[in-house]
Amino acid sequence: MKNHILPAIKLTAVLIVLLVVVYPLMVWGMAQFSTNNGKGEILTHNGKTYYFNIGQTFNDDKYFWSRPSAVDYNAAGSGGSNKAPSNVEHLQLVQARIDTFLVHNPEVKKSEIPVDLVTASGSGLDPHISVQAAKVQVKRIAKIRGIAEGNLQQLIVSNTEKPYMGLFGPERINVLKLNIALDNLK
Amino acid sequence: MNTEILGIIAMFTITLLLAIPLGKYMAKVYAGERTLLDPVFNPLEKLFFKVSGINSKNEMTWKQHLVALLTINLLWFLMSMFVLMNMSWLPLNPDGNPSQSVDLAFNTTISFLVNCNLQHYSGETGISYLGQLWLMFLQFVTAGVGMAAAVVIFKAFKEKSTTQLGNFYDFFVKSCTRILLPLSLIVALVLVFEGTPMTFEGKDTITNLQGDTVQVSTGPVAAFVPIKHVGTNGGGFFGVNGAHPLENPSFLTNMTEMVAQFIIPMAMIFAFGFFIRRRRFAWMVFGVMTVGFLLLAIPNIIMEMNGNPEIAKMGIDNSLGAMEGKEVRIGAAASGFWSIVTTVISTGSINSMHDSSMPLSGMNELLAMMINAYYGGVGAGILNFFIFIILAVFISGLMVGRTPEFMGKKIEAREMKIAMIIALFHPFLILVGTALAAAFPTVGSAAISNPGFHGFSQMLYEYTSSAANNGSGFEGLGDNTPFWNISTGIVLLLGRFLPIIGPVAIAGLLAEKKFIPESSGTLKTDTSTFGLVIFVVIAIVAALSFFPALALGPIAEYFSLK
Repeated sequence: MKNHILPAIKLTAVLIVLLVVVYPLMVWGMAQFSTNNGKGEILTHNGKTYYFNIGQTFNDDKYFWSRPSAVDYNAAGSGGSNKAPSNVEHLQLVQARIDTFLVHNPEVKKSEIPVDLVTASGSGLDPHISVQAAKVQVKRIAKIRGIAEGNLQQLIVSNTEKPYMGLFGPERINVLKLNIALDNLK
Repeated sequence: MNTEILGIIAMFTITLLLAIPLGKYMAKVYAGERTLLDPVFNPLEKLFFKVSGINSKNEMTWKQHLVALLTINLLWFLMSMFVLMNMSWLPLNPDGNPSQSVDLAFNTTISFLVNCNLQHYSGETGISYLGQLWLMFLQFVTAGVGMAAAVVIFKAFKEKSTTQLGNFYDFFVKSCTRILLPLSLIVALVLVFEGTPMTFEGKDTITNLQGDTVQVSTGPVAAFVPIKHVGTNGGGFFGVNGAHPLENPSFLTNMTEMVAQFIIPMAMIFAFGFFIRRRRFAWMVFGVMTVGFLLLAIPNIIMEMNGNPEIAKMGIDNSLGAMEGKEVRIGAAASGFWSIVTTVISTGSINSMHDSSMPLSGMNELLAMMINAYYGGVGAGILNFFIFIILAVFISGLMVGRTPEFMGKKIEAREMKIAMIIALFHPFLILVGTALAAAFPTVGSAAISNPGFHGFSQMLYEYTSSAANNGSGFEGLGDNTPFWNISTGIVLLLGRFLPIIGPVAIAGLLAEKKFIPESSGTLKTDTSTFGLVIFVVIAIVAALSFFPALALGPIAEYFSLK
């Protein structure tokens, strides 16, 4: 063991140079060519900046709502509810979310509410909702904002992110981008 | 066809197509043959060995391999304890995060040292950027150590009769420089252009569109995430790991990270075949592993896509599946697939919350870690599978009434004893750990966050994940307490080093024996019949040891859903 100690220390030192200094600098260098230089994708609106990939709380009736979050969309941390499918407390919470949604959207049938709108995401920062989750909110927003439903449907279509290469993964809508487009409508 | 299913098929196919050439490349690297990257790495490695005073041509016996391996690990342990307990005043801490307590630093150190990456802290608040970079270093080198141990076994079966099994430092350094580093750079390239941050600035404060103020954690994420997957480490930069929209911003990154974690475990099997020139044997191993993998993965995909029946009963549109704890951009199907890949190959990264998986999906995740031999983390999987091969050879030898032989070497009492101890030690660690936690509720089961059967599953999962060096969790468990930190830390240590020492010892002992040329009486080990025997051995060991515990947890929970 003794004759392995010194080589181990020296080898660790040179590997630290390669893996902890050179490698991250190479990645950092690549990131300088990406949008916003590797500081995360940014959306700007009315002079304010937002992170494209970080979801935000939307519970105001005039906006498309985002999904429930276990950390209230505070990206200082992240977290899911970690509730089991059999957890009674969790099931009651889901039921309560359905009831709340129906109060705010009286014209919507219960069977039209998609499950992503009443369940919390894994990260608590999910920036997306499903297409159905946007459609089901059109009537409410049309009424409050006085915009024709057809225009809102159009807005949803133009903001839908297709599966990768049209082949892989689900369709989805970035809620923040959709709501900024909504504010820009008028 | 459904684009979510297509995405899964694409991920599996791409991995397989890339794993075969990668396996060939790895076999060449370890055999010291010429490869494409020689002009870059030959001088670099020469320099490394010169500075360290290592003669990389100096061949070692299996015992010398283990001494070298354990010494360098001990050094990393000490360095890691120092870094984690002093982060608060060390540089690169823009968020002013605190140092870790002794028991948490012990748990974190062991967990990253053994390539497990169980995390009892959250990346955003529990560690500085320096700490993250240090853990990233461990992610590289511990993967390299696992691969080096596997290569000792390769070497033992390549030579007819030998005690000299190559040089540990040679295998280890080449794994890091020629395999892990280039693959990580490729993955990083995809991540930075898909929006994963790579910055050394601290938390940003922003005002949302609706007017509330929140903070956003970033950091050198795009360097950390590639090696976490390529090295099947799995520890997240952020608390929620691959579910975080900055670690895994799109379906493309999800596919990339999936291929990244899946590729070396698969390629390792082909590398074995190329290295010992028995490709048929490698395909037999791959076949057994793939059948076992699919038997776990397909039900999970279906169950997660079907969703929670209790929520369906409320009368809403449940067609997206079990979305609690899942991300919309990834979807239920790809989350279910990931949950099995990550537990089968011991990565332990997650892109959905396993605690909220459907009960029997949770059981399959547990089973994947209990078996812990399909594909397997970098190196470790093939080591565990090797144990099952030895058992299967012995049992089939007895059944046909011949001396058990494997690759021209007689399997005798000494090797069998080691194999049995390793095979039984895994269930021992898991079941005793869980039993202790359940027996002392004030320190143990006080940590559970879900009532009933699922609470038991949470404890079972934590010890299974530790013993299998996986690192995923039913994260509701409040496990940052001295009891959980220390008990899982010990399980982690034993669960890593014994399954390295055992197989390496067996391989070393077999290599020394006289080579018996194949004859008509030799048991053929590259046939589907023999594959079936291995499969049955694995099923019996896993089923008999774990069925009672699974019945108390996930199976009982399944029947409690109406």
